[in-house]
Amino acid sequence: MVRVLVLVLAGLTLSGCSANWGWYVVDPTSDTGWSNLKFLLSGMYYTILLSVTAILISIAVGLLVALPGLSEKPLLRRLNQIYVELVRAVPILVLILWVYYGLPQVTGLGIGVFWAGVIALALSDSAFQAEIFRAGIQSINRGQYEAAHSISLNYVDTMRYVILPQAIRRILPALGNQLVYMLKMSSLVSVIGMSELTRKANELVVSEYRPLEIYTILVLEYLVLILIVSAGVRWLERRLNSGDQR
Amino acid sequence: MAENGEPVITIDNVSKFFGSFQALKDTSLKVTAGERVVICGPSGSGKSTLIRCINRLEKHDAGEIVLNGVVLGENKESIDAIRTNVGMVFQQFNLFPHLTVLENLTLGPTRARKMSADAAKQLAMQFLERVRIPDQAGKYPAQLSGGQQQRVAIARTLCMEPKIILFDEPTSALDPEMINEVLDVMVELAGTGMTMLCVTHEMGFARKVADTMVFMDHGEIVEISPPDKFFKEPESQRCRDFLDQILQH
Repeated sequence: MVRVLVLVLAGLTLSGCSANWGWYVVDPTSDTGWSNLKFLLSGMYYTILLSVTAILISIAVGLLVALPGLSEKPLLRRLNQIYVELVRAVPILVLILWVYYGLPQVTGLGIGVFWAGVIALALSDSAFQAEIFRAGIQSINRGQYEAAHSISLNYVDTMRYVILPQAIRRILPALGNQLVYMLKMSSLVSVIGMSELTRKANELVVSEYRPLEIYTILVLEYLVLILIVSAGVRWLERRLNSGDQR
Repeated sequence: MAENGEPVITIDNVSKFFGSFQALKDTSLKVTAGERVVICGPSGSGKSTLIRCINRLEKHDAGEIVLNGVVLGENKESIDAIRTNVGMVFQQFNLFPHLTVLENLTLGPTRARKMSADAAKQLAMQFLERVRIPDQAGKYPAQLSGGQQQRVAIARTLCMEPKIILFDEPTSALDPEMINEVLDVMVELAGTGMTMLCVTHEMGFARKVADTMVFMDHGEIVEISPPDKFFKEPESQRCRDFLDQILQH
């Protein structure tokens, strides 16, 4: 992974020698280049904050939505299905616009850009999280529930101590996927004016007229962020699997 | 050997359906405190279903099961009756693979019986010694042999201090050389006066510990008799055929 990154960087630096590139806009040795670079990087804070807040909420909501989907009662399963189908059908960008411009009219409450973004991203992702959790929980052997029943654990304890720890291990790669997806989708919140990475890049492009270089930096910013997240997820997987050797 | 007195389990005309298939047909059985019952019969005869109904892993469709005076149904009272009375040991052990042996044992006592962590650990170690594997406490189930895993499962059940233990073919998933270590533990347990219902084909074990033999076939209890009579002169032809088959070798 690191090698790929170095290659990409080397390629870009070399191509910077040709006439088509104007790396001066982000040249860290010049004053304007340095301040431009800092301006671009300053979007990192909100991209991370937005994505992490949204993923935490969507995991919680996803789990809550998944549980009725596993019920023996058809009505509860139906509710789960309706939620998943409805939410999954709305494009994220549309949801962001609707939550930011539409929701305040419905509720009569003003809503900040940040929370509008968080709500839209979390809501949209929760449908996918719900399906991931449902699949993970369903993959756990029936005998585990029976053993939990036979030592008198109630539903909450059975889920908390027996089923979910095993299910989460199995769905960890999928959860990692969703986090990466979330980091990328957070760029869409730029359309309502959230000062995250993409918005910062757009603003700088407007004043500097160097879209090629600035968007290239933007690509690299996401790349680095996501490689770090991927490494983190892999580390977590190894750590959780070190115990039981099945 | 069985004490006379009030039955702790009364199964009265119980039927159970899976779709249109009738797994249990009007079965009735009484078990008194301290009685050791061995249930045998061909596969698909309803033996497992019968004992699974006793702790409501299966819900019976007709008839009545009374556990220590409580009629089993969808209420808190019967859940409590099961909780405080019945433990179960499974064919596939069903240990929790993500927890250590010790954690497998303490989970029930700490969560369901609200014991302190220390007390639960003490209790767990005591029962691990009883099944002779205290040195494996820190390991994960996958690191143990099948026989050891089943002994852990028995210890996990004992940690709930049940009055009755149900065994659902506890040695059927084991390699032959590991069967005895599990049976030894069960024989020892029988010596403590525990009420036991065992679904098993281990007839040597049955001869040694059973007070009552039950033979099932096609969802019906065909024969209930003491082991002497059961093995020497079974009443029904079906039971004779079955015994001939499994005792042949």
